[in-house]
Amino acid sequence: MPSNLTSSQLVTLRCVLDRVIPGDDLTPGAGEAGGAEYIDRLLGAFNFDPPQIWAGGPTSGRRGGAAAFDHWIEMGEWEKLAWRTRIDQWSLVYEAGLLALGDDFVELSPDQQTERLKQTSTEFRSVLYEHGCESLYGDPIYGGNRDAKAWQAIDYRGDVQPEGYTDQEVSAP
Amino acid sequence: MTGSVTGNDCDVVVIGSGPGGATAAHILSSAGWNVIVLEKGRNHLLELTEPYGPMGHFSNDEIKFTRRHFLGPDPITEPRTFRRSESDGDRFLTGHVNSLPSTVGGGGVHADGKLPRFREVDFSLRSELGGVEGADVVDWPLEYSDLEPYYAEAEELVGVAGEAGNPFAAWRSGPYPMPPGADMYGSLLSGAAALRHGLHPYRAPTGANSVPYDGRPACNNCGFCAFYGCPIEAKGDPVALLRRALNTGRCQIIPEAYVHEITTDTSGKKATGVRYLDLRAPVDNPGGPPVHEIRSDYVVLAGGAFETPRLLLRNGLGNSSGLVGRNLMFHFQTMVAGGFPDRLWGASRGRSVTHLHDDHIVGDKAQDVAANAAGLPWLRGGIVEHGGAAGPILESLSYGSNQHHAASMRASALRERLWVFTMQGEDLAQPNNRIDLDPSVRDAWGFASGRVTYRPHRHEIATSDHVAPILESVLRDAGAEWTAVSTSPPTNENDPHPAMGHAPVSYHIMGTARMGDSPESSVVDPSGRLWDIDNVIVADSSVFPTSTGYGPTLSLVALAARATRLAVGDPLPSTVPAKP
Repeated sequence: MPSNLTSSQLVTLRCVLDRVIPGDDLTPGAGEAGGAEYIDRLLGAFNFDPPQIWAGGPTSGRRGGAAAFDHWIEMGEWEKLAWRTRIDQWSLVYEAGLLALGDDFVELSPDQQTERLKQTSTEFRSVLYEHGCESLYGDPIYGGNRDAKAWQAIDYRGDVQPEGYTDQEVSAP
Repeated sequence: MTGSVTGNDCDVVVIGSGPGGATAAHILSSAGWNVIVLEKGRNHLLELTEPYGPMGHFSNDEIKFTRRHFLGPDPITEPRTFRRSESDGDRFLTGHVNSLPSTVGGGGVHADGKLPRFREVDFSLRSELGGVEGADVVDWPLEYSDLEPYYAEAEELVGVAGEAGNPFAAWRSGPYPMPPGADMYGSLLSGAAALRHGLHPYRAPTGANSVPYDGRPACNNCGFCAFYGCPIEAKGDPVALLRRALNTGRCQIIPEAYVHEITTDTSGKKATGVRYLDLRAPVDNPGGPPVHEIRSDYVVLAGGAFETPRLLLRNGLGNSSGLVGRNLMFHFQTMVAGGFPDRLWGASRGRSVTHLHDDHIVGDKAQDVAANAAGLPWLRGGIVEHGGAAGPILESLSYGSNQHHAASMRASALRERLWVFTMQGEDLAQPNNRIDLDPSVRDAWGFASGRVTYRPHRHEIATSDHVAPILESVLRDAGAEWTAVSTSPPTNENDPHPAMGHAPVSYHIMGTARMGDSPESSVVDPSGRLWDIDNVIVADSSVFPTSTGYGPTLSLVALAARATRLAVGDPLPSTVPAKP
C-alpha cells in the first residue's frame, strides 16, 4: 500500500498517539489500534482513485448485507480541490510536528516525551488529537480501530445495517 | 426538453432540491409542467435514471458524515462569515457557519425528520399576543386553516408517523399516515418524569417509516438518524418527492449546478430563467466553470433561507422592500443534558428523538411571571426534543487528552448514559439580524460569501433562562445524577469559549424573504411569489414571518405545495376537523 509517511515517521506517530490517547488493559491506545496508519491513509488519500476520503455504502457486511464500505465514493472536481487543500495543510502540520518531536522520540522517557510534545504547535496537537479520536473510534475501513477492538471495549457495534435493532431493544433497558 | 409553449427550455426551473424544491418539483411535474431542478451540491440520494433507485452512498459511518463534509458545503470552497453586530467589524469568524447540507435532497437528508405542524396561534402572534419592543412580531398573511390541507398532503407525501397524543396540537382533517415508531428507552424515562411535572409529552411526528410505506421499508432503528443519510430509505424526506417527480418523465435533476443569476426581461419584472455554473467541469477549465443558461416561464427559488437571500442580493432582485436577508431567525437552542447511572442506548438505537413536549410554547402562569420579571409581554419557547447523544468519535473528542480517556469511553457518561432535552426556542424577528454579502470573503467561484449578522433578542435568553431549570429538574426526576445546560448562541456573548461556539448552530434558518400582505413590508406575497417579480415562487423557509417554536420542515413543505398548487391553478379544497 502506498505510504505517505516514512517508516520512522510512522513509528513516532504510533508512539505519540499512544501518549495522547493512551490505552489500558481493556482498550487499545490510539497508536496501538492503527492511528498512524489512519493518518497515513488520510494524508495519502489521493494516491488512490477514487480518493479514500469517503467510504462507500450502504452496508459494512458485518451484520449481513454486502461488504461495501471499501467501494470508495467518487469525489466531485471541487470536492477534490477542497480536500487536496486540506490535506496539504495537514501534511505541513504533521511534517513540522514530527520534526519537533524528533527522530529519537520513541527512545525518550515518558517525562521527556511529554516535554517534547509541549514544544510542538497547538495546531499539531489539536489535529493529532482529532485524528487520533477518529481513528480509534471510527469505522475500521479508514485504517484505524484495528479489528474493531476499541468498539468492543465500549460495547458499540457501529454499522448494524441491514439488521438494525428490534423495537424491544430500543424501548427496553 | 420540449413542451414549453413559449419556446423556452422548460416551464420552470427549480433552484435547490431540498424539501421545498423537491415539493415544488413534484407538484409542478405532476400538473404537467416540464421541470428542471438545479442543485448546487452533489447527488448521493437516488439514481437519476429509471427506476431512480438508491445510490447506496449512505451508510452508518460517523467519519464520513460528521468529520469529512460528505454532504457539503465544504467551508474551504464555500466559506461563510458571522458577526454578532456591526460592532464586531466586517466579521467575527469565517468558515463553517450554519451550513445546511448542500446536496441533492438538501437539509432533508441529514435531518432526523421530526415533523410537527405549527399551531393556529402561530399565524397570528401579533394580533393575539401583541408586539415586543425591539422585535418585529407580525401576523402571517394566511391562517392555519388555509394551510391545513397542505399539511395533510405534506404528511402523506413525505410519510409521517405519528398519533393524536398532543393536547396542544392544532386541529387535523385526518389521521397520520402511519402509527409512531418504537419509543426510545430514555424517552420513556424522561416522558414519565415530564408527566409527573405536569408537562405533556407525546410521540413525535416523524418522517421515518414505522411500517413499509410508499415502496420504502420500515425504519429498523439502526441509530444513525440525525446527521446521516438513511441507508435504507426509511426517511421519506425528500427522496419520496424527488422520485415521484422523476417518475412523471417531466422532471430532470442536474446536480453540481450552481445558479448564480436569475435572468430577467428588460422591465426587470419578469424572470426569464437562470444562468448556472457547471461544477462538473475540471477545476482548471479555462475561464472558470462553463456557464449554462436555461430559459423558463417560471423560477422556483428554494435554496434555503441562507442561499435564497444571498442569490437575490447578489442579483439585486426582489428587494424593493429592502427586507431581503433581514429578519433572519434561528431557533434559540437550549440543551439540557443529564447523566444517568445506567446505559440508555440513546446514542446508538432508534430515531435520535422519539418524544416532544410543547408546554413551553403554550406557556403557563409561571412563564407569564418570568416574562413580567424580564419586562417582556410574553415568553414563547419551543418544542423540547427528548433525545439521545451522538456517536463515539464526538464523545471521544469531548474528553480531551488524558490518562483516563479509555476508561471514560467505556463508562460513556457523555454518550450511552446521557439523555438530552433540546428546546427549539422561538426566535423573534429583528430587522438587524440578517444575511448579507460579505464585503471581501468570496467562495471558490468569486462570489461574495453570505454573512450572518445575528444577536438574539432578550426574549430568547429570558425564555431559555426560565425553561432550563425546569428541564433540569425533570431530568433529575427521571434519574439523572447530574445535569448541565448549554445554549446556542450563548446567553452570555462575552463568554470567550462558549460550549457550542459563538455562531448559532441551529439548522433551522428562517425569515430572510418574509411573506406578507404588502410589498412595502414583505418580500413575498401571500401566494409565495416575489412581489417584484411575480413569476418567481419562493419555496423554502425564507418566507416564514415568524420562527415559531416548531421544526420548520413540514411547514415549508406545506407552503411550497400550496404556492405551486396555486401556480398551476389546482389548489386543494378547504378542510374541516376530523370527527374524533
